[in-house]
Amino acid sequence: MSQPVLEARGVSKLFPAGRSTVRAVEDATLALQPGRIVALVGESGSGKTTLARLLARFYPPTSGEIRLHGEVVKGKPRAYYSDVQLIFQDPFGSLNPLHRVRYNLERAVKLHHPKADVDQRVAELLERVSLTPVEQFIDKFPHELSGGQRQRVVIARALAVEPKVLLGDEPISMLDVSIRLEMLNLLDRLRTEDGLALLYITHDIASARYLCDDIVVMYAGRMIEGGPKEDVIADPLHPYTQLLIDSSPDPERSDRPDLFDAEDLGEPPSLIDPPAGCRFHPRCPLAMDVCRTEAPPRTELPGGRWTHCWLQEKR
Amino acid sequence: MSAVLVVEGLTVDYVTGAEPVRACDDVSFELRRGEILGVAGESGSGKSTLITALTRLQRPPAVTTAGRIEFHGTDLVALGPDDLRKLRWTSLAIVLQSAMDALNPVMRVGAQFVDVLRAHDKTLSRKDAWTRAAELLGMVGISADRVRSYPHELSGGMRQRASIALALACGPELVVMDEPTTAVDVVMQRQILAQVLRLRRELGFAVVFVTHDLSLLLELADRIAIMYGGRIVEIGTAESLYGKPRHPYTRGLRDSFPPLRSPLRKLNGIPGSPPDLRNPPPGCPFHPRCADRFDGCDEQRPELLTIEDHAVACRLYPSGEDQS
Repeated sequence: MSQPVLEARGVSKLFPAGRSTVRAVEDATLALQPGRIVALVGESGSGKTTLARLLARFYPPTSGEIRLHGEVVKGKPRAYYSDVQLIFQDPFGSLNPLHRVRYNLERAVKLHHPKADVDQRVAELLERVSLTPVEQFIDKFPHELSGGQRQRVVIARALAVEPKVLLGDEPISMLDVSIRLEMLNLLDRLRTEDGLALLYITHDIASARYLCDDIVVMYAGRMIEGGPKEDVIADPLHPYTQLLIDSSPDPERSDRPDLFDAEDLGEPPSLIDPPAGCRFHPRCPLAMDVCRTEAPPRTELPGGRWTHCWLQEKR
Repeated sequence: MSAVLVVEGLTVDYVTGAEPVRACDDVSFELRRGEILGVAGESGSGKSTLITALTRLQRPPAVTTAGRIEFHGTDLVALGPDDLRKLRWTSLAIVLQSAMDALNPVMRVGAQFVDVLRAHDKTLSRKDAWTRAAELLGMVGISADRVRSYPHELSGGMRQRASIALALACGPELVVMDEPTTAVDVVMQRQILAQVLRLRRELGFAVVFVTHDLSLLLELADRIAIMYGGRIVEIGTAESLYGKPRHPYTRGLRDSFPPLRSPLRKLNGIPGSPPDLRNPPPGCPFHPRCADRFDGCDEQRPELLTIEDHAVACRLYPSGEDQS
């Protein structure tokens, strides 16, 4: 594998909440390679957005380090944002509604590439995200565009700085179902043609499978499993991954017996006072004594797979 | 099986500005006793308008301009507020998308059950009503000690389940559910669906379940209606809709969900955007995005015609004959 562009190593983020602490992300390790897409999946509160924001340097990690091109990043250098861009979930809230598409894109071009031919560059960007003919879109206000078109403008703006890494935080979940695939296909094209490294954050495993190469699953602030997508989905190692896949809508579902009782699936724990040991143990039908007391270490398995589960460690 | 609900030619306009906006256009369907009818559509398809019209919760500028909603042998459209109040909760209940907004934040959860129970059964004592509230919460897997909790003390998933239990408090025959699982995570969604299916089996109510997520309806609903541009464009059993969708929009929508297990191929969704109802396209509302359109689709509006156990509004099936 090539050198990762962007890496998180043992990253944790704790937020103070009154007298207590919210352990939003703990000990997360992730590497993004050029031309590859990693999907980060999990439920709300699992820490996936916090991790994306750590990678986008919204805030510094409490511990651990973020590395860009192998070098530890400190502070919020502008050069960092020339390489790493974040796309938000809400295309309605992330464009300045008072300015036309042209202005929204020009700002990014001028800030990061002051010598560029701005008009030409803006036109190229719109073509890149298939908002053509360009004249039809360039002078529109955000409210004159559909949700899908707006999200394309957001992606175009991210591309304006010519980044190496795109972090997409649920980039399609607010779009209508019939236009989501166009957006996924666009992201896939950017990866193939521009060699972008992409982090795709989602709660939708089926769309993760469609787009990504590797899947990383988070639960209650911790990474619990990762590996090539087809292996993880067809044969999950961690019982939580199994639960997540079993819960996803699947019209082709076979009637095999479930590991879990569908009427009592439980809910993720509070991150202020998470369970000791493995955080999934209170919901896990396979929990053993050790799971209640000691956090499972990372177990590496053949084929680039890994998990944090005592079942695999004991095997 | 007899029909619980018969909707005929229901048309709802939003009367604003110069031209009324038609959000629900000539919608007709039947719901049998104990049946789950899924209604799937994208934003602007008219599904929310349909729900507020069905439950007679619509507010101006929405106006029902035509059609009947036959429930219990009476036409709901013609009923006044007093007669409707007698039907609410005991015959017709609703579960809203966001339980956050549906439950009163300054009342204990149990007290909201007691309110509903005692309003519809004047003989019920306060003590018995609290006991019944705890039983109802138990039906959706919420322990009895939670009956004295305030909504903010429950998780989002518990609140949503509590609002389902509340809808069932007075034993309605029809429960209308408006995206009840959209605000919860996928694991909670699975749990809620499993509970709805069991409760339907035990209590025998019928459900109209509205969502933008066709993939979950395929597992939940007996029959599914697909809405587009304010109209039902196709209606049929979940199996036939998944296995043999007729309308090009239904096919496109089905193929907009990547598979979880079967081999991946490139999917394209449906190019273009849903129609703007303020300025609807002439003819078939789907024709600007339709790959199968032919001469006349932009002029003639297809009627919903029956093919076997299935109905479709598309000119590819001119006399209700299956051409494919």
